[in-house]
Amino acid sequence: MTSENIESIVNRRYEHGFVTDIETESLPPGLDEGVVRAISARKNEPEFMLEWRLQAYRQWLEMAEPEWAHLHYPPVKFNEISYYAAPKSDADRPKSLDEVDPKLLETYDKLGIPLHERARLAGVAVDAVFDSVSVATTFKDKLSEAGVIFCSFSEAVREHPELVKKYLGSVVPRRDNFYAALNSAVFSDGSFVYIPKGVRCPMELSTYFRINAANTGQFERTLIIADEGSHVSYLEGCTAPMRDENQLHAAVVELVALEGAEIKYSTVQNWYPGDENGVGGIYNFVTKRGDCRGANSKISWTQVETGSAITWKYPSCLLRGENSVGEFYSVAVANNMQQADTGTKMIHIGANTSSTIVSKGISAGKAQNAYRGLVKVMPQAHGARNHTQCDSLLIGKECGAHTFPYMEIKNPSARIEHEATTSKISADQLFYCRQRGISEEDAVNMIVNGFCKEVFKELPMEFAVEAQALLNVSLEGAVG
Amino acid sequence: MLEINNLKSRVGDSDILRGLSLSVNAGEVHAIMGPNGSGKSTLAQVIAGHEDYVVTGGDVQYQGKDLLDLKPEERAREGIFLGFQYPVEIPGVNNAYLLKAAVNAKRKHQGLGEVDAFEFLKLAREKMAALGMDPKFLNRGVNEGFSGGEKKRNEILQMAMLEPSLAILDETDSGLDIDALKAVAQGVNTLRGPDRAIILITHYQRLLDYIEPDFVHVLSEGRIIRSGDKTLALELEEKGYEWVREAASA
Ligand SMILES: Nc1ncnc2c1ncn2[C@@H]1O[C@H](COP(=O)(O)OP(=O)(O)O)[C@@H](O)[C@H]1O
Ligand SMILES: [Mg+2]
Repeated sequence: MTSENIESIVNRRYEHGFVTDIETESLPPGLDEGVVRAISARKNEPEFMLEWRLQAYRQWLEMAEPEWAHLHYPPVKFNEISYYAAPKSDADRPKSLDEVDPKLLETYDKLGIPLHERARLAGVAVDAVFDSVSVATTFKDKLSEAGVIFCSFSEAVREHPELVKKYLGSVVPRRDNFYAALNSAVFSDGSFVYIPKGVRCPMELSTYFRINAANTGQFERTLIIADEGSHVSYLEGCTAPMRDENQLHAAVVELVALEGAEIKYSTVQNWYPGDENGVGGIYNFVTKRGDCRGANSKISWTQVETGSAITWKYPSCLLRGENSVGEFYSVAVANNMQQADTGTKMIHIGANTSSTIVSKGISAGKAQNAYRGLVKVMPQAHGARNHTQCDSLLIGKECGAHTFPYMEIKNPSARIEHEATTSKISADQLFYCRQRGISEEDAVNMIVNGFCKEVFKELPMEFAVEAQALLNVSLEGAVG
Repeated sequence: MLEINNLKSRVGDSDILRGLSLSVNAGEVHAIMGPNGSGKSTLAQVIAGHEDYVVTGGDVQYQGKDLLDLKPEERAREGIFLGFQYPVEIPGVNNAYLLKAAVNAKRKHQGLGEVDAFEFLKLAREKMAALGMDPKFLNRGVNEGFSGGEKKRNEILQMAMLEPSLAILDETDSGLDIDALKAVAQGVNTLRGPDRAIILITHYQRLLDYIEPDFVHVLSEGRIIRSGDKTLALELEEKGYEWVREAASA
């Protein structure tokens, strides 16, 4: 390959790719108005965006950090965090897969990650990953033909300010909670999606996203708008283990579904959970909310959470439009010293709205796994329906599962059903499998995957297989 | 095939097997009978390698290997099959999935390639038809919500698919109606052959009407107190266990 070729590929990445175009240095640790201004300036943001950030910052200053009964962690030192980190230069990155930690490659193998994605995921310098760049370019062309806007958040702020202005903060207001306010002030980057009226997005946004968004930073911001009658399936995250020096991650995701639109949002979260003793690991405090703004709209959240030392997230649906539908399918795994506190909120506002919640919590080692869910039916929501199924699976004796289903029903016509089960993988079950020639580890995987089946079937096909493998890797050594 | 020599085993604080010896050759069918609590299931679990059953003495050779050195899954892959007295339910795990995993684990151990889904299903359907099992059982959770009889047939199906060298059936006949009993017996008789051995643990002569054993042993208080041919089973039915016990202590 000639150097000219390489150069054109590198340039193409900046042209079509999904990377922030900032090459300045990191800001010193600490947070004040100056830092907020500096972040905005470095991203060449229009005035409205800076104003929005500054208001969020002032609101954040007045808010108190939440305390959660079931989570235990040392306080986050907000003044020791650097709020703007320059992207790693290619010179600091491995030049090829040969230079990447073999352990990491082994994990990719176990997870069945396609070969052409591995280099990008491992952070190999760009000239070595031309394959995926050209793949990305093809996707981008296909999307723009359909009129779909899919770009980094920074790009959207500059190129589509009217859409950003109209929808940003319309689902998760700046002062919604402490971490949402912080994110609003200092968000680094993220993705922006707009699907025009009546358009069915021609592809899963997963593939495209996976090979592009390796480094979105610790304060990620995502905004997805599905205009009337449109349809989109979006997949965030990656089964590959993600390590990050930033301990605190506080993302915000906002979804807007207008009349008759459908958004399917799937997440696979596999941030570094820390070692067996709980040292290191990411604190993952995320605010995710979808707004079924129009009649007959639908938002469906599917998540597979295996990573992070602490996870705190409740992807929620505001069911405003008549007949709108909210769904939440979740698998949360907590092993070793991990703490997971996840669930959902379904807020029924419109008439005949319905919601489904399927939560599968798996605890192993000394981990604590909590489901926290709210089903709220407002007085005007006639004929609202909810079905909640909340199952916990315990592996070993030292872990715990907790279920907190809250209900606020203000309309007597509502039909609400809640089922909960807790089961253990018993020694007899394992012995039965072993007597049939199946190793203990395979037996555990088999039982766990069986337990999660209902959720996995909601994932995009090729991802379901990876998610299954991911669960197996996450529970390695959970027994015996 | 199997040589058990002065085997002693303990569960919790109690000694259950107290010096049990038994020799089983390829091609033979042995019936083990004895009162409740005499240690029949304990013997089966020890051979299968359940870790709650601690071996405190004696040794067991299986096909020339020290059986007690092997993990339960290794024993299974070496051809030992235990039909459980109380098969456990594994909700959510597809019956066909477990069965296929078991078949492939054994094939892998033997250096054979895995069977694909098509071959597997074809074979499973054949075996199920022979056992009078509805193919829909393949898609249910392992033993999930199965009746007692369905669980036992499922054990026999697994045995038929795995084609073990040594099959131990622990009261597979208990609680079966006559049709199920015949189906189970037919499954066992199909398996019978010069390279295989079968140990039937049973309370009742009934099963032995359909599966003719070469040897019958009476187990009492952790020891084999009497062995004989199939006529011993008939005699037991007539005279009860007390008769053997008295004869043994006399
Ligand atoms: N898992 C166990 N824990 C404690 N005691 C047991 C266990 N299994 C069997 N036993 C005891 O061991 C003895 C023999 O039981 P078992 O082998 O099941 O007899 P059998 O199958 O001949 O009826 C009984 O006294 C029974 O209570
Ligand atoms: Mg028994």
